[in-house]
Amino acid sequence: MNIVVCIKQVPDTETQIKIASDGKSIETDDIKWVMNPYDEFGVEEALVLQKEKGAEVTVVGAGPQRVTEALRTALAMGADKAVLIEDDDFYGADPITVAKVLAKAIEPLNPDIIFFGQRAVDDDSGVVGSAVAEFLDMPQLSVVTKVEVGDGTVQAHRPVEGATLVLESTLPCVITAQKGLNEPRYASLPGIMKAKKKPLEVISLADLGVERDDKLEIVALNPPPERAPGKQVEGETGQEIAINLVKLLREEAKVI
Amino acid sequence: MLYDLTDEQRMLQETVRRIAKEQIEPGAAERDAKAEFPWDVVQVFRDNGLFACDFKEAYGGAEMGVLALCLAVEEVAKVCAGSSLVLLVHELGSMPILLGGSHEQKERWLPGLAAGEKLVAFGLTEPGAGSDVGGIRTRAIKKGDKYIINGTKQFISHADVADYICVACVTDPEAKPHKGGLSIIVVEKGTPGLSIGKHEDKLGIRASSTCEVILEDCEVPAANLLGSEGDGFHILMKTLDFTRPCVASQAVGIAQGALDVAVAYARERQQFGQAIITFQGLNWMLADMDTQVEAARQLVYKTCSVFEDVPKDLSKVPREAIRLSAMSKLFAAETAMKVTTDAVQILGGYGYVKEYPVERMMRDAKITQIYEGTSQIQKVVIASCL
Repeated sequence: MNIVVCIKQVPDTETQIKIASDGKSIETDDIKWVMNPYDEFGVEEALVLQKEKGAEVTVVGAGPQRVTEALRTALAMGADKAVLIEDDDFYGADPITVAKVLAKAIEPLNPDIIFFGQRAVDDDSGVVGSAVAEFLDMPQLSVVTKVEVGDGTVQAHRPVEGATLVLESTLPCVITAQKGLNEPRYASLPGIMKAKKKPLEVISLADLGVERDDKLEIVALNPPPERAPGKQVEGETGQEIAINLVKLLREEAKVI
Repeated sequence: MLYDLTDEQRMLQETVRRIAKEQIEPGAAERDAKAEFPWDVVQVFRDNGLFACDFKEAYGGAEMGVLALCLAVEEVAKVCAGSSLVLLVHELGSMPILLGGSHEQKERWLPGLAAGEKLVAFGLTEPGAGSDVGGIRTRAIKKGDKYIINGTKQFISHADVADYICVACVTDPEAKPHKGGLSIIVVEKGTPGLSIGKHEDKLGIRASSTCEVILEDCEVPAANLLGSEGDGFHILMKTLDFTRPCVASQAVGIAQGALDVAVAYARERQQFGQAIITFQGLNWMLADMDTQVEAARQLVYKTCSVFEDVPKDLSKVPREAIRLSAMSKLFAAETAMKVTTDAVQILGGYGYVKEYPVERMMRDAKITQIYEGTSQIQKVVIASCL
């Protein structure tokens, strides 16, 4: 069984994001880059299948050289090998372009399951997994919190407004992971020592025969509005404060 | 030489930082309040193979070296100094075996220690022997294939939970301690005559246990002697040479943890209509703290890089390594005390209460100036290297 996990390297959620002077990208100088947290669920699920089914796990990432760090982290967690599609200008590419590139790189790996995070926490587009399924003509089970692999089939659970949708599909397929699927492990010490010895293949867009043809362009990035300071409700007595609170909720906040 | 951490060391640092934040920080205040040995933390370290850091692969270790261990200690100490002691004491207790143990002894004890299934303690200090090893009174007398040990050890970290205690004993009362009078004998848990006495109620590092160890006609197989009779002083000193940078990294971690809290607080706290970090009186304090912590850290890392090349056997430690080891411990411990005290000052009233972690960090910092050689003893060592 072959399993591929696609990994995006994203800014750490604790990093302070600053918008660059072009107004449509972010300052990347002081950013700490990490594996997209949703992708970690994919890696963990793949590693469970590695143990249970003897599956071989390949992690695939695209972007500049720094993406190697995220791939090495997955190798240290236990993945068997990695592929980096190296391109200095890939961060922020049109998700459909990303999917085309990944599909090309994944196809020769002959996967039974391709895992993605259900979305990346940086641009929140949530498109790539589905688009790869489309390009590879595979069924997709998106936003799942439970995966059970049978003989040539897979069953998955998707939470829907408190209910659970149980999906079944043949293999090969694409699965996108939602929070709750599992508890991702940490890279272990022996894993860290072994990670560097595991194969990491570096290929280029030219190797894949893909040319960038982005249809989608980010035209502007705006920071969220600054949070207005809190307001203390005035009043001498509890009753008075309550009256003023209701007044504020009605007239200013307009919520009642 | 590349003046930076290796990819593996950086990945370890990142991983432990995350483990510390997610698994260890949430319980830090409670561990301090309850003052109970942190078995949950031991399990976290076991699960992630962290005990294996500085053990050779041949004995089940990861063979990442002493700098890697120090990086792990630093990250844990940032959020919970008491928990970092689990790694620290493990290294301290294992070191005499790593240095003086025969292949057979290593095969017997090290795999369990590398996995963290077994814990170990270091029994040096006595009521009358702290800085002065010459005051050791615990006596081991050889009878056939056994040693009969009598004596009392004081302030022994984790002795109550340890499966093995490396005990420093007098085997030749005629000889001076540094001239062959002392030996190290591994006493296993459950040995008749070994008992744990009083548990200390401490100012800081309260999650760790500190106890008295009583040896009363304790019969230990002669095969548990490390090295030869009389190697004790050298094993002790070399053990401390190796582990002082680990204590120093604990101190750096405590200091960094307090600094991080102080900076975050100073950014948030408004007084006179502005964040207090905008006041030069405070941000210069923070600048000094940051500089001191970084200087201490670099000294520790440098020391570790020198120790990576010091063989773990009974060979002599190069003077340069001893000098750096003492300096890193001295400077990092003094820095930790100063930086945590200043962090409490920056938080003002909030710094003095348990709602914020800096008062705990200030209490935790104090021990780094005391154990594994006081700051004053470090100065004696440094001066002797001049």
